[in-house]
Amino acid sequence: LSSFSLRPGAGQDVGRSCILVSIAGKNVMLDCGMHMGYNDDRRFPDFSYITQNGRLTDFLDCVIISHFHLDHCGALPYFSEMVGYDGPIYMTHPTKAICPILLEDYRKITVDKKGETNFFTSQMIKDCMKKVVAVHLHQTVQVDEELEIKAYYAGHVLGAAMFQIKVGCESVVYTGDYNMTPDRHLGAAWIDKCRPDLLISESTYATTIRDSKRCRERDFLKKVHETVERGGKVLIPVFALGRAQELCILLETFWERMNLKAPIYFSTGLTEKANHYYKLFITWTNQKIRKTFVQRNMFEFKHIKAFDRAYADNPGPMVVFATPGMLHAGQSLQIFRKWAGNEKNMVIMPGYCVQGTVGHKILSGQRKLEMEGRQILEVKMQVEYMSFSAHADAKGIMQLIRQAEPRNVLLVHGEAKKMEFLKQKIEQEFHVSCYMPANGETTTIFTNPSIPVDISLGLLKRETAIGLLPDAKKPKLMHGTLIMKDNSFRLVSSEQALKELGLAEHQLRFTCRVHIQDPRKEHETGLRVYNHLKAILKDYSVQHLPDGSITVESILIQATAHSEDQGTKVLLVSWTYQDEELGSYLTSLLKKGLPQSTA
Amino acid sequence: MAAHLKKRVYEEFTKVVQQQHEELSAKKLRLAKPSKSAALHVDLCKAASPADALQHLLHFARRPVEVESVEGVVRILLEHYYKENDASVRLKIASLLGLLSKTAGFSPDCIMDDAINTLQNEKSHQVLAQLLDTLLVIGTKLTDSPPVRMRLVEVACKHLTDSSHGVRNKCLQLIGCLGPVEKGVAKEVESQSAKDVQKIIGDHFNDQDPRVRTAAIKAMLQLHERGLKLQQAIYCQACKLLADDYEQVRSAAVQLIWVLSQLYPESIVPIPSSNEEIRLVDDAFGKICHMVSDGSWVVRVQAAKLLGSMQQVSSHFLEQTLDKKLMSDLRRKRTAHERAKELYSSGEFSSGRKWGDDAPKEEIDTGAVNLIESGACGAFVHGLEDEMYEVRIAAVEALCMLAQSSPSFAEKCLDFLVDMFNDEIEEVRLQSIHTMRKISNNITLREDQLDTVLAVLEDSSRDIREALHELLCCTNVSTKEGIHLALVELLKNLTKYPTDRESIWKCLKFLGSRHPTLVLPLVPELLSTHPFFDTPEPDMDDPAYIAVLVLIFNAAKSCPTMPALFSDHTFRHYAYLRDSLSHLVPALRLPGRKLVSSPVSPSITPNEDPCQQFLHQSLERVYNLQHLDPQGVQELLEFTIRDLQRLGELQSELAGMADFTATYLQCQLLLIKALQEKLWNVAAPLYLKQNALASAAAKQILEETYKMEFMYSGVEGRQVVIIHHMRLQAKALQLIVTARTTRGAEPLFGMCEKFLQEVDSFQRCFISELPHMQGSFVDKLLDLMPRLVTSKPSEVVKILQTTLRQSTFLHLPLPEQLHRATATIIEPTGESDNPLRFTSGLVVALDVDATLEHVQDPQGTVKVQVLYPDGQAQLIHPKPADFRNPGPGRHRLITQVYLSHTAWTEPCQIEVRLLLAYNSNRSKAAKMPKSTWSDSMEALPPSENGIEGTIPFSKPVKVYIMPKPARR
Repeated sequence: LSSFSLRPGAGQDVGRSCILVSIAGKNVMLDCGMHMGYNDDRRFPDFSYITQNGRLTDFLDCVIISHFHLDHCGALPYFSEMVGYDGPIYMTHPTKAICPILLEDYRKITVDKKGETNFFTSQMIKDCMKKVVAVHLHQTVQVDEELEIKAYYAGHVLGAAMFQIKVGCESVVYTGDYNMTPDRHLGAAWIDKCRPDLLISESTYATTIRDSKRCRERDFLKKVHETVERGGKVLIPVFALGRAQELCILLETFWERMNLKAPIYFSTGLTEKANHYYKLFITWTNQKIRKTFVQRNMFEFKHIKAFDRAYADNPGPMVVFATPGMLHAGQSLQIFRKWAGNEKNMVIMPGYCVQGTVGHKILSGQRKLEMEGRQILEVKMQVEYMSFSAHADAKGIMQLIRQAEPRNVLLVHGEAKKMEFLKQKIEQEFHVSCYMPANGETTTIFTNPSIPVDISLGLLKRETAIGLLPDAKKPKLMHGTLIMKDNSFRLVSSEQALKELGLAEHQLRFTCRVHIQDPRKEHETGLRVYNHLKAILKDYSVQHLPDGSITVESILIQATAHSEDQGTKVLLVSWTYQDEELGSYLTSLLKKGLPQSTA
Repeated sequence: MAAHLKKRVYEEFTKVVQQQHEELSAKKLRLAKPSKSAALHVDLCKAASPADALQHLLHFARRPVEVESVEGVVRILLEHYYKENDASVRLKIASLLGLLSKTAGFSPDCIMDDAINTLQNEKSHQVLAQLLDTLLVIGTKLTDSPPVRMRLVEVACKHLTDSSHGVRNKCLQLIGCLGPVEKGVAKEVESQSAKDVQKIIGDHFNDQDPRVRTAAIKAMLQLHERGLKLQQAIYCQACKLLADDYEQVRSAAVQLIWVLSQLYPESIVPIPSSNEEIRLVDDAFGKICHMVSDGSWVVRVQAAKLLGSMQQVSSHFLEQTLDKKLMSDLRRKRTAHERAKELYSSGEFSSGRKWGDDAPKEEIDTGAVNLIESGACGAFVHGLEDEMYEVRIAAVEALCMLAQSSPSFAEKCLDFLVDMFNDEIEEVRLQSIHTMRKISNNITLREDQLDTVLAVLEDSSRDIREALHELLCCTNVSTKEGIHLALVELLKNLTKYPTDRESIWKCLKFLGSRHPTLVLPLVPELLSTHPFFDTPEPDMDDPAYIAVLVLIFNAAKSCPTMPALFSDHTFRHYAYLRDSLSHLVPALRLPGRKLVSSPVSPSITPNEDPCQQFLHQSLERVYNLQHLDPQGVQELLEFTIRDLQRLGELQSELAGMADFTATYLQCQLLLIKALQEKLWNVAAPLYLKQNALASAAAKQILEETYKMEFMYSGVEGRQVVIIHHMRLQAKALQLIVTARTTRGAEPLFGMCEKFLQEVDSFQRCFISELPHMQGSFVDKLLDLMPRLVTSKPSEVVKILQTTLRQSTFLHLPLPEQLHRATATIIEPTGESDNPLRFTSGLVVALDVDATLEHVQDPQGTVKVQVLYPDGQAQLIHPKPADFRNPGPGRHRLITQVYLSHTAWTEPCQIEVRLLLAYNSNRSKAAKMPKSTWSDSMEALPPSENGIEGTIPFSKPVKVYIMPKPARR
């Protein structure tokens, strides 16, 4: 019996993903995220949970980061540099490339804009990244002799991966965030039938089944196209990474297909840098981009140009991608203020907006906004909402479970109420147990590990030769001796075991007397028994020895007259313990008596 | 009799050649035979090490072995096989045995016993597998002998217990290929061993090695292909294999399930975990649908493809494949499709959607939600959203096939197909447009769907746009707004891509004729007429205006009230368009003007087209007037030809027929003219002028007959006879003319000989048609044949001349359908004044885009010719992949022609045209595939007894080019 123990940092919560897995004596930390909603200590996971005394490096064998979103990697510099961890950190190549950019940006906003102190520094980010080991997809990395990890493609964002953690024959798969439907720039998550003991899956959209992506894309394109044809301007507030690239590809290909001429602009800064990485990591993108990149790298946009502040006042139609995505500050808000007054223009919100932001207000239908300095801004432009989310929906989660065939499922990264529904579904459909621990709660899962045993080839061949065809899928009975020595298990033949242990062989014989009513002579009885057995046991060698005894294989049968009653004959049956099966069968056969001979 | 003698002379002559040939090759064989096997023997004996021997064998394998020496070589190889200790050498020998037994003409039954014997003592698994492979080769060569097959199958069964997967694999393959298929025979020969190959194979469905499992399923499929009826019991086993860990096993299992579902569609199978039962085909359909969301894309493609051919499935299951229940936070949500449908039915269309419009409505009962679909649920929804475009294409194809057989399904899958019009991969878009076209009989587009469809008209790919035009041609639209929308979008397309003009007009023609009642209310708006004011007359040359008129006129054809709405200039424009674009504008019965062609319209039966009637009447007139004076015949022919040509221009559907007959009459006319020359009796030196005319006529007739034979599709045997007959006459004419102009009998002798040979071959080819040709040239000629063969050339010529004059004019029966091959070069347009500049000595690629109509086998026959100003001509064979087939009888050639030339001093025009290559063998014998795709110059090497040539069938286009001298 073995067990996992798990302690999620973001069990029933979105944000601040951090899970501690203990598997067969190894401790692995999965993700190291921050919470966007807090500005105090609560934004980082409480690492004192892991170990009260002693250094983290001694306790943890490795840290794995699934992708570069801050709710999965935001606390990493804090964890490694300020709390102190020197062990290996694993992530994929794109994640390693993009992660520091985001961390630096995050640091800038917190320290420079909000003026916080006691935060990690740029140097700390650099030092932290030095501890990172990059892995390839499907590459098995040996962390130490026993612990190995392997990355699978997860969709979601560039470089997102699912990780399989394996110690001996026990394994856990951690999905991070993943997407089971392909989009314009990334493929769908895929895993082989690895049958892990536990699958830790995100469940952001546990209770949602989404419509086809195509409809949404078509709607989006149609709206943009119509507005541009009317001569209006389209503003699309986005976050720098992920969806922005998807939308860019979408518009770029559409422009190409439809031969459109209106300019598309992309607000500079982070996004430009990020686009650079997208260009580099073509192998991580979807089929279409991978296939066509020989002719042209899709991320080298032909129609999309860098944006300049002055362009916002240019006449004529245009499409602008601007950060940030919720219209709460920065360039997107500036452009919004300029364009809001014209009903020909349009703003498309491609994602969810937090309450209190301008984005949320206009989406809920507010037409008069109070801006800074008591200005009233009247929104005449059209406001559209278009959701492009890259998480797996309930069907996708089920599909992944079907692909991986885990023995247990654990849901994290979602809301408790929604997870309850999914949990019930999983248990019902797959008949596996499903867990949904709260933050900080430890779940222990018992596994039924198979123990490998070495067997000598000679013995294996000898044993398989006995009996009928080797049938692959059925368990087979074997005779041998199990030797447990020096933490290893070996199955050897009994002779060899005796030799190794320096023991003499003992023979164990069973004897049994069977009384038969037979008035004839002893040897006649013997002959009758012989004939009877010969007739029944066709597959065995039955021999009648000159001294009147009968052998069936190695079993000896002798017939003697009863000392008191001459009419009763005593059959002495003797066999060694190896032949127990045949011996007991013979006795029971003989006990039934001999057939009344007609002769 | 004499003809027969003559034939024999020829036969003997050819025989002599052949004999020589045979002798030569026989000599060679005898020389080669001993040396080769002996050399091998010596080599193998000398070989010091196994590696050495292997080298010899490899070397030996590179050369072919003659049939006669195969057995000897095999013996030598076997001898070494027994001696050899090294497994790799034995392996090579085993594989050589297989190769050798493949030799054509060699019967491997003599080596079979040896090959089986070698199996007994072989220890190496690899060699065993190779030997079994050799046996398979032997077995496939001896399929018609059941005992041999039986024996091999037995051998294979014996080795099935081998521990190596390779050996088991081969055994199963052997059983699959050779196992007894006929039940009766199996019982007769030996009921014991042949008891059940199916069971033997079936036992290996759970082999421990996935490769063996795959081989077992493949063997089973092989048996099915060979005609064995698989047992239904396998179905259960196959279903289990669907959950296999290995993709090749799953892929093969899907195929097996499909086969079984086609064999036993109606049997009933129980549903596990409930006591209900369903039809096997439904169950299999559900299972294959499930595989559409498999982890491996190979399996997904396989599954999606097979779904299309399962047409017996019940509609209930079929419709589930498009089913997807949406929800959000446990509340039911409607799909975008449903919303669109609702919006449409509520009368409101294309409203700007607000946030929250798709807000979830009612609560869902958590228990009722089925996340993992047990059956066919949503299979196509998954397939169409797949990551790999291969899967998507397969899904679209399957959708197409299923929709063609089920109208209700077609209606349902429409939304999904329309969605596919926006796929990121062009191939998928194109495929879905084609699919939609194929099922368009069953569907009517809603406005919102039409909207999406029309949005694709702006696509920059010409293929997509034209496919879409093609689709619109046969689409049903439900409302007048829909028609208006379509028109507006098509006009937009026209302004954006003016080259689409023809295609758009054609599209509007069909759109108009299909929806006359919907066009009617739109007419005043479209023509911008006003009840009180006169509006300005639109520009007649505006393609957009023509497009509108095409739509209206075609609708007006079946809507007699429409012309009342036309204004004066519309009538004038009608007359103009009817004349200039007759293929697009139908004949209308307009008030106040008489239709010239149908003055007695009521008397005509509805199915008899007046034009058709006219055609037949004029032809009959010609055929009846046999004995007019030559002058009258000539005039009549001339008039008829003129009429027919005009008819062809006006009536596109009769164009082929009219042109064909006109060409024939033209030939006849030329022949008559040539024979009517008064100078026939003048002495030789004075012939010159007349000679030029007659020989030119003969030449032209020859050309025309080739055109008739090869340029028209639908030409039947009856026509071919007459064409050949005409050609024979032309050749006779040629002979006469040459005889008159050349002195001395020597050259004539050969020509006469040749001509008689041709008459002979004509007789042989068309012997069955001869009775229909009473009184014709050839008929008379054959009567005179004995005389001709024996007489001198000068006499032959004389006889020919009189026969030609006396012979009657043959009726040309018309086939049902006759179409003339035409080609239009769309690009280059030939209008550019800017020369295409390139450095001399280098090449420049010229894009050629042409549409071909009624060309059979365009890949083999259509060539591009480039004529340079210096008279040099270049013939280019386009690649087979350059031809696309957008519709029945139509082809599209999009290719690049490489031009090159030495430097010119000033730009000049080259001509590009399309040619139709023909080979006179082709009509008689089966089409011979031509393997040379390389560019070659004009002069094609003439094949032995066929005449090859080319017919230009497109208007030449001039391209302005300028090769510049290379700059140093």
